Amino acid sequence: MAGEVQPPGILLGTLEKGINWARTRSMWGATFGLACCAIEMMGTGAAHNDLGRFGMEVFRASPRQADLMIVAGRVSQKMAPVLRQVYDQMSEPKWVISMGACASSGGMFNNYALVQGVDQIVPVDIYVPGCPPGPQSLMHGILTLHEKIMDGEIRRPVIQIGN
Amino acid sequence: MSEENQTEEIDSAEGAVAVDATTATGEEGRRQIHDMWVAGTEERADIRQFTDEGAQELLPVEDETALDIQRGVVVDDDYEFEDARDEDELQIINMGPQHPSTHGVLRLHLELEGETIRRVKPIIGYLHTGMEKTGETLTWLQGPTNVTRMDYLSPFHNELAYSLAVEKLLNVEIPERAQAIRILMTELNRVSSHLLWVATQGMDIGAISMMIYGWRERELVLDFFEKVTGLRMNHNFIRPGGVAADLPDGWEDDIEALLVDVPAGVDEYHEILDENPIFLDRCQGIGVITPAECRAYGVTGAIARASGVDWDLRKAFPYSGIEKYEFDVPVGKHGDVLDRYHVRMAEIDQSLRIVKQILETMPAGDYRTEDRKVTPPPRKRIDESMEALIHHFKIFTSGYKVPAGEAWQSVESPRGELGVYIVSNGGAKPWRIHVRAPSFAHVQALPAAMTDTLIADTISTLASMDPVLGDVDR
Amino acid sequence: MAEEEPTAEEVAEPGVDLEAEAPPRALPDEETLATIVEPHQSASWVVADDEWVVSVDAADYHSLVEAAMESGFDTFIDLCAVDYFRRQPRFEVVLTLLDYTTPMRLRVRAGVDGAEPQLSTVSDLFAGANFYEREAYDLLGIDFVGHPDLTRILLPDEWEGHPLRKDYAVGSVPIQFKESHKAQ
Repeated sequence: MAGEVQPPGILLGTLEKGINWARTRSMWGATFGLACCAIEMMGTGAAHNDLGRFGMEVFRASPRQADLMIVAGRVSQKMAPVLRQVYDQMSEPKWVISMGACASSGGMFNNYALVQGVDQIVPVDIYVPGCPPGPQSLMHGILTLHEKIMDGEIRRPVIQIGN
Repeated sequence: MSEENQTEEIDSAEGAVAVDATTATGEEGRRQIHDMWVAGTEERADIRQFTDEGAQELLPVEDETALDIQRGVVVDDDYEFEDARDEDELQIINMGPQHPSTHGVLRLHLELEGETIRRVKPIIGYLHTGMEKTGETLTWLQGPTNVTRMDYLSPFHNELAYSLAVEKLLNVEIPERAQAIRILMTELNRVSSHLLWVATQGMDIGAISMMIYGWRERELVLDFFEKVTGLRMNHNFIRPGGVAADLPDGWEDDIEALLVDVPAGVDEYHEILDENPIFLDRCQGIGVITPAECRAYGVTGAIARASGVDWDLRKAFPYSGIEKYEFDVPVGKHGDVLDRYHVRMAEIDQSLRIVKQILETMPAGDYRTEDRKVTPPPRKRIDESMEALIHHFKIFTSGYKVPAGEAWQSVESPRGELGVYIVSNGGAKPWRIHVRAPSFAHVQALPAAMTDTLIADTISTLASMDPVLGDVDR
Repeated sequence: MAEEEPTAEEVAEPGVDLEAEAPPRALPDEETLATIVEPHQSASWVVADDEWVVSVDAADYHSLVEAAMESGFDTFIDLCAVDYFRRQPRFEVVLTLLDYTTPMRLRVRAGVDGAEPQLSTVSDLFAGANFYEREAYDLLGIDFVGHPDLTRILLPDEWEGHPLRKDYAVGSVPIQFKESHKAQ
């Protein structure tokens, strides 16, 4: 049997699935509202779109209690160290959604002041396009992240950024 | 340190210098000179040889932090204690830039004595996007795309101020229908912005349900925006020369529905908040700004009106034909948070009153100017004429030229006076765009409103100023 | 705070007055303008749209603004700087003041030398000028003499250069697609 990849056993297989399911159903976001997208993020949480359907209506002010960071808006050079610090304060497992064109690529502001894509600072799981993305787009991004978590392993690979 | 001890030290230090300073070397010698310097004795010729580099050399070597501050390697954030106070009793609290109640990325340095705020220092720039620089690389037609993202709660006002300023230089006539559409959209924008303010103000001081209710009505307005412009925010709808598109069919029905639904929601807010003892306790007499402070700090808009300054740009310097519509300017008395709430709620009513008049009197006509310099030829002409096609192409690629000069235009945004100062050198791109952001002035006035109040009122005061950080930092 | 709190009677009526009328619009009063401008040799004025535009040298700037403040233009609205680059003087500081009562605007344009961009501060007259002057210093490098705390406001403290100057590049990062397009 050596050298062959074993399929996961019954116990481990279901446990992994169960843990992933639990993670997707009570995902707490860190409020990292920066600009226009933050307003749409609030709109997603409000009555019309009701993020509570996905167990996500709780936005945590403290990064230590959150496992999802939605970077909503443009990240300036001055804000970049703060963003990285907030990310480091979050406990594993953690995920990042880059919301909107500015967070994903700098958007229309290709200039001295902005970080051209938040993926230069933190590892990003999902990019949500739009300027700003509507609540539906953000919800689609969140659901895609749920699928990704369900398909993945319990442990996520440790990604080293910078030094 | 008592005075006696000080004099003793001076004596001993002087003695040491008299004997040793010229011969002492290295660390020891420095420390002696340091002792003497602190004691305030006169500089002597024989000391100068050690003090070539000024005060930096006079510090003890082991005190690295202090040395670094002197050299400017470490920035002490220019924060100094007043001598009269005991340093131990003052506490500095850093609030933000990542804080749920700072409405974005505002950072406040609060200096506390017990629970009383003695000094506030707003630190901004965490959302600096370089929009004024980017604006210099975009053509005049692309400009609204840029400015609409500054104050993202009132994008229409940004576009309107910019477009009016450009039109001042272009000297073009705007059709009446376009002007009416502009006023319709900006006044609805004022409603949506104030609804969001009520929602966040409620949320920040503990009335979480207000968050849900405020968004309920705001979504209705945003739905109308989406129908007209295709976007819920950052519309790029008002452009130099008119607006981007005519109102869609059936817009009257939508407005009529809005005119029923939104006031009904606003009545509910009054029911929830007006006599709510917790709300009153947290708003009454909090964050007071006087009319004199308003003038000195450039505080405008609803905050100035709540302080009793009867000032509305729509009355004083009317724009886009707003003088044709009847509306009142609500004015407060006390300048506290509660009055700001009342003024903003009254402004929602007045804006809806204007919207209703526009619904009744919407003129027919074109939605943009017929001036072919700034307006591309109609779609039908492009199929027929090569020149029209070239013209269309030129307008959208290289843009049109604007005569050289400067223009200032300000409009009454939901936050206050939003001014745009543009400089043209006669080219196809602006030479300089400067935006006078109301939130910038309001954040600056925070110390005036917060000093010597309780720390628990910080959130209430800050939320009542309604700062939009995209507007502050640009 | 205690003395600021409104009494029960005051609270009973909502603090909003819908009957208040906006002040009537008056025409520019040229006598007021003369008292502001005439003592200063370098000053000249024009009427543009609905505001007065006064141009002045850097030396007379502070005293002219003080005179304007005393004649009723006591509301600070805006201060910004413009880089005209190849023109002399290179920079221009544009100050906008407002008279609530008339109502009337006054725009003061002060030329500032390019080699040594210095101008006296008006933050001693208007508390509101503080942040605006810091912004002009941050983005255009104008040194406001006498300002209590002239530090960077929008950019990080360790930033080099002044981005809104014309000789400062936009700082755009090349986009992959566009670069490959250019190379062909």
